[in-house]
Amino acid sequence: MSALLEIQEVTMRFGGLCAIANCSLDVEAGRTHGIIGPNGAGKTTLFNLITGIYRPSSGDIRFKRESISGLRPNRVAALGIARTFQNIRLFKNLTVLENVRVAFDSQLHYSPFAAFFALPRQARDERRSIEESLRLLRPFGLAEQADSLAGELSYGSQRRLEIARALALKPGLLLLDEPAAGMNTAETATLTEFLRWVREEFRLTLVLIEHHMHLVMNLCDRITVLDFGQTIAEGTPKEIRDNPRVIEAYLGETE
Amino acid sequence: MSARELLASASRWRWALPALVAGGLVFALVSENYPVINSYTQFVLVTVGINIILSTSLNLVNGYMGEFSVGHAGFMSLGAYASAVLTTKWLPDIPWAFFPSVLFGGMVAASIGFLLAVLSFKTRGDYLAIITLAFLMIVKSAFENIPYVGGPRGLLGIDKYTTLVWALFWVVVTLWVIRNLIYSKFGRAVVAIREDEIAANAMGVRTREAKILAFVVSSFFGGVAGALFAHQIQFINPSSFDIIKSTEILVMVYLGGIGSLAGSILGAVIFTFLAQALQPLGTWRMVIMPLILVFLMLFRPRGIMGFRELIWFLPERELSRPREL
Repeated sequence: MSALLEIQEVTMRFGGLCAIANCSLDVEAGRTHGIIGPNGAGKTTLFNLITGIYRPSSGDIRFKRESISGLRPNRVAALGIARTFQNIRLFKNLTVLENVRVAFDSQLHYSPFAAFFALPRQARDERRSIEESLRLLRPFGLAEQADSLAGELSYGSQRRLEIARALALKPGLLLLDEPAAGMNTAETATLTEFLRWVREEFRLTLVLIEHHMHLVMNLCDRITVLDFGQTIAEGTPKEIRDNPRVIEAYLGETE
Repeated sequence: MSARELLASASRWRWALPALVAGGLVFALVSENYPVINSYTQFVLVTVGINIILSTSLNLVNGYMGEFSVGHAGFMSLGAYASAVLTTKWLPDIPWAFFPSVLFGGMVAASIGFLLAVLSFKTRGDYLAIITLAFLMIVKSAFENIPYVGGPRGLLGIDKYTTLVWALFWVVVTLWVIRNLIYSKFGRAVVAIREDEIAANAMGVRTREAKILAFVVSSFFGGVAGALFAHQIQFINPSSFDIIKSTEILVMVYLGGIGSLAGSILGAVIFTFLAQALQPLGTWRMVIMPLILVFLMLFRPRGIMGFRELIWFLPERELSRPREL
């Protein structure tokens, strides 16, 4: 069986800088795949390549065996790849509910004409979007704050809202870019349990970038280590922990 | 009072908007046949209506979408010329030609708006201000060089078809359609793009299509306003629609409040009456209006209503949403 997400010999150059060099990566359906590496290793660039924000200089990215490299981000999202951002990118002046509805909207298919004249089909779809979005907010503890502006939420709530918004796309694959950034050990432990629940509840394949080793080692089935845009190791958490090259990349060369 | 209580109390007054529209219609019909108000007052009220259409439609692009267009007078110009050519040259002296001519004016403006949007939104960035400025100049010099529409002298002898009733009708149509658009998935897409275009795109929003749609709708109603203007003033020339006209519309939008229909109405009303009141000052008007814009940008950059909306314009479903599921 082929993998859900296949990254095949992808290279990404920005002028003279090679951010990703000949990177290959397979993510099996139902697995949780961690991507770790020092700052500037190309982890976020990899996410931007998968989600269509960048087009790879060479190589191919396949999702459910179909090539997705070069597709616009909204097309990639429609195929079932959702993501969160390292530096939270919510629609701050929109309410919590509206944030989720924007993502849910790609599943509504009424025409501009139906929108202009508020035709019955549009009204029906809109009502469904409100109901389903509210239902989605509930397990995230955000239903009570549905009418608050997203920018007014606490940091932790904003992180959760970003995940809820991504899930409104009904994705098969969820990419999390440093979900535990800025969290302390206790908060990270709670997040780990929460992500475990999300993964089961929504039957997701997860790919996550993270620096908190505790979260990565606890949650991931497989880990890929990037350094200077190259894969330097791949394996189970245990294999990665004992890999001398990984230790070298993180701590520097030993004399 | 909490936001939700405010919503609840104001929603009891929802009948007020249809009542206001109905009352306005009755007043407009009566004033057309009986001398209730003099022709000057009538002129000012029609101008208020045209300005509401202009500010609401520009707000869609500059407020909701967060882009910066300075070309609204250009769309007005296209609508004015297209409709006036239809009523003076192609179907002269036929009163029923007025409604189709306004539609025609709007559609000509929308078609050019579509071309402009396709060009402008091809790439990301702040090119819209420059492109719409160029568009404004091109439209002006194009009409100056077409003898068929009178060149720099303009079109004369346009029938006075724009009554208070027609003005009110088009104001209601404009507000209704733009309200519906804003509270649809397309409107949410447009606002999401303003907030964060990359995130919107990653959440499945077809950003380019949404921007083009908003711009086309905006230019359509700009054209409609131009058509109404032409049949109110009865005389149009290319310099009626210059950068000063665009600036006036910008003042209305930013005075009333970006991202708010109620704000656009308020801005248009205040602006129109202020412009009339300052009439005796002559050229000094040109100093005061920009000064208002400067002080507004300094002290209240979102305008009076900025991003806040009057309860009347929210669809019912947004107010009475299921709390318990």
